[in-house]
Amino acid sequence: MQTLTQSKVAQAPQQDIILEVRNLKKYFRVGRTGVLKAVDNVSFFIRRGETLGLVGESGCGKSTTGRTIIRLYDATDGEVLFKGKNVHKLKGAELKRFRREMQMIFQDPYASLNPRMTVADIIAEGLDIHGLASGKERMERVYELLETVGLNKEHASRFPHEFSGGQRQRIGIARALAVEPDFIIADEPISALDVSIQAQVVNLMKRLQREKGLTYLFIAHDLSMVKYISDRVGVMYLGTLVELTESERLYENPLHPYTEALLSAIPIPDPRVERTRERIILQGDVPSPINPPSGCRFRTRCPKAKPVCAEMEPVWKEVEPGHWVACHLYA
Amino acid sequence: MSMFAPIPHAHDSRTPAPASGPTPTRASGPWRDAASRLLRSKTACAGLAILALLLTAALFADVLAPYDPVHDADLYNRLQPPSAEHWLGTDAQGRDIFSRILHGARISLEIGLVSVGISLILGTLLGAVSGYFGGTVDLVIMRLIDILLAFPSILLAIAIVAILGPDLINAMIAIGIVGIPQFARIVRSSVLAVKEMEFVDAARAIGASDARILFRHILPNCLAPILVQTTLSIGTAILDAAGLSFLGLGAQPPQPEWGLMLKEGQSAFQTAVWVVTFPGLAILLTVLGFNLLGDGLRDALDPRLKR
Repeated sequence: MQTLTQSKVAQAPQQDIILEVRNLKKYFRVGRTGVLKAVDNVSFFIRRGETLGLVGESGCGKSTTGRTIIRLYDATDGEVLFKGKNVHKLKGAELKRFRREMQMIFQDPYASLNPRMTVADIIAEGLDIHGLASGKERMERVYELLETVGLNKEHASRFPHEFSGGQRQRIGIARALAVEPDFIIADEPISALDVSIQAQVVNLMKRLQREKGLTYLFIAHDLSMVKYISDRVGVMYLGTLVELTESERLYENPLHPYTEALLSAIPIPDPRVERTRERIILQGDVPSPINPPSGCRFRTRCPKAKPVCAEMEPVWKEVEPGHWVACHLYA
Repeated sequence: MSMFAPIPHAHDSRTPAPASGPTPTRASGPWRDAASRLLRSKTACAGLAILALLLTAALFADVLAPYDPVHDADLYNRLQPPSAEHWLGTDAQGRDIFSRILHGARISLEIGLVSVGISLILGTLLGAVSGYFGGTVDLVIMRLIDILLAFPSILLAIAIVAILGPDLINAMIAIGIVGIPQFARIVRSSVLAVKEMEFVDAARAIGASDARILFRHILPNCLAPILVQTTLSIGTAILDAAGLSFLGLGAQPPQPEWGLMLKEGQSAFQTAVWVVTFPGLAILLTVLGFNLLGDGLRDALDPRLKR
C-alpha cells in the first residue's frame, strides 16, 4: 500500500494539482492591539481527485484555513491558487464561476440550513443563482439530488426541522452538489453526528467522490475517520502545518513529535495490543494564538525540544519525497 | 440565536414519517407551533377578541352605526345622557357618540397601519443595512437613529407636524418617523445574530448576492421580533395620534377621531361625563388589545422567555 501511494506521488504531473496554497496567513484583530494568528504561513497542494485530510485540535486553524480557501474570509497574506488562478483576486464572472467550482459542507447540520426555506429551495438555491435550471427541470434536478444523497422526493417540500442530523447533513451535501463542483471543502462534516451516522455520511462522500470525480479537503479532528477517507493527511498545530504526507505513511511513521503524540491517543480495538499501547501525554495547554511561543510553536509542550527550537521557526520542508514536516529534528 | 430551533413536542409525530402519496403543503412548523402556543394564552386571546371587535367596528361602521357621525347633529338633543335612543349619549352638538366611536375605529386603525407601516419599512431597511454591512455605514445610521431617539417621541411628532401642517395624514407621517428608531434597533440586533449563522456562509459560498442573503436568508429569520414590535407599535401609534389630535395637531373637526372627541368634550365633561368617558375607553381598549396580543406573540414566538 505504502509503495503504491508513493509511486503515485512520484508520477503525479504538475498539472494534476487542482489547489495550491502558498504561505497562507489569516490574522484576526482582537480588541485594539491584539492580533490572533489563526492561520500562519500554511502551504500545501491538493491533486485532482484526492482527499486531503486536515487534522488538529479545536482552535488550531483548520476551519479558518478552509474558510479562507473558499473565500468566506479574505486572506491576510499568501495565495490560494485554484486551477492556477488566485482565488482572492477573482472578480465578477470569474468569481461566480469559482462559486460553482468549489463548494463547502458545513459542520453544524442544525445551523447550516435556513429554517425558513423548504428543502427544495435550499437545494435549488445554487441552480437559481447560477441560472442552471428553472421550472419543471429545477424540481427534477432537486429530486435527482435528493436521491443521490439517499433521501427521496417526498422530502422536497419539507422544512429542515423535520429531519435528523444525518438527514440534514445529506441535504447540505445535496446543496453543494447542485452546482456540480469539482472541489468540496468538508468542514468537520461528521463531528456533530452520532457515531452510527458518521460512517453513513463518510461512505456517501466516498461514493460521490468515485462517481463524480470530486476532490475533497476534509477537515476533522477524528483521526481514525480521517485515515479512512483521506489519501494524504496534514496535521495542524496552533495555526501552522507541522506535518503532511500520505495517510498510511503518517500513521505508520510519524516524524513530528506532535503527530506522534496525537496518534498515540488513538485507542486500538484489540485489548492485547491496547494494553501495551504507550500514550505520549503532552504537558500543559495549547498556548494562545494571540501570543504564540517564539521559534517552534510546539516547543513549550514538546518532549524533544532543543534550545534551537526557541530561537528559530522550523522550516516547512520535504524531508522524504512526499513527506513534509516542520521540525528542527529533521532540519 | 436559535429563536426558531425546532421545539420538540411530545405529540409531534410528523418527523420524517415515510410519506405515502404527495405531501400536502403545510405551514412552516415553527409558525404553526407558535400559533398554537398563542391560542393557549388567555391574555393573547383577550387581545385578539378586542381587536376582532375593533376590526368589525372599522369594517362595518356604515352599517352598524345608527346615526351619521358628522351630519346627524341635533342641537335640540345636546349632551344627552346614554339612553335607548343614543346608547352612549350625545355630544355638545347633539351627535350620537356611539356612531362616532364606531367610525373612529376606522380612523384609528388607519392611523395604526399607515404610521407603523412607515416605521416598519424604513426602520427595517435601515436596521438591516446597518447590521449587515457594519462598519462606517452602521456607525452613520445608528448615530442618526440615536439622534432621533434623543427627542421625546411626542415632542418630535409635534415638531414634524408643525413643519408639515396639522392634519391627520401629516400626523400619521410624523408618528411613522418617530417609530423608525425602535424598528431599526430591533432589526439591527436580529440581523447581527442571524448573519453569523452557517446557512448565511453557505449562501455566500454558493454565490448569493448581498441582497439575496439579506432578503431571502437573514430577514425571514428576523420576522418574529419584527412582528412583535409591529403589534406593540400599532397600539402606541394610535395613542400618539389621539394625543396629537387632542392637541389640535392631528384630526380636524368634524372628523370622528377619538382624541379629537376628547378635546371637544373637554368643556362639557363636568356636566356630561360620557362625552369623554366613552372615547377614552375606546382608546384604552384598543391599545390594551394590541399590547396583549403583542405580549402574547412575544411569548409564543420565543418560548425561552416564558417563565
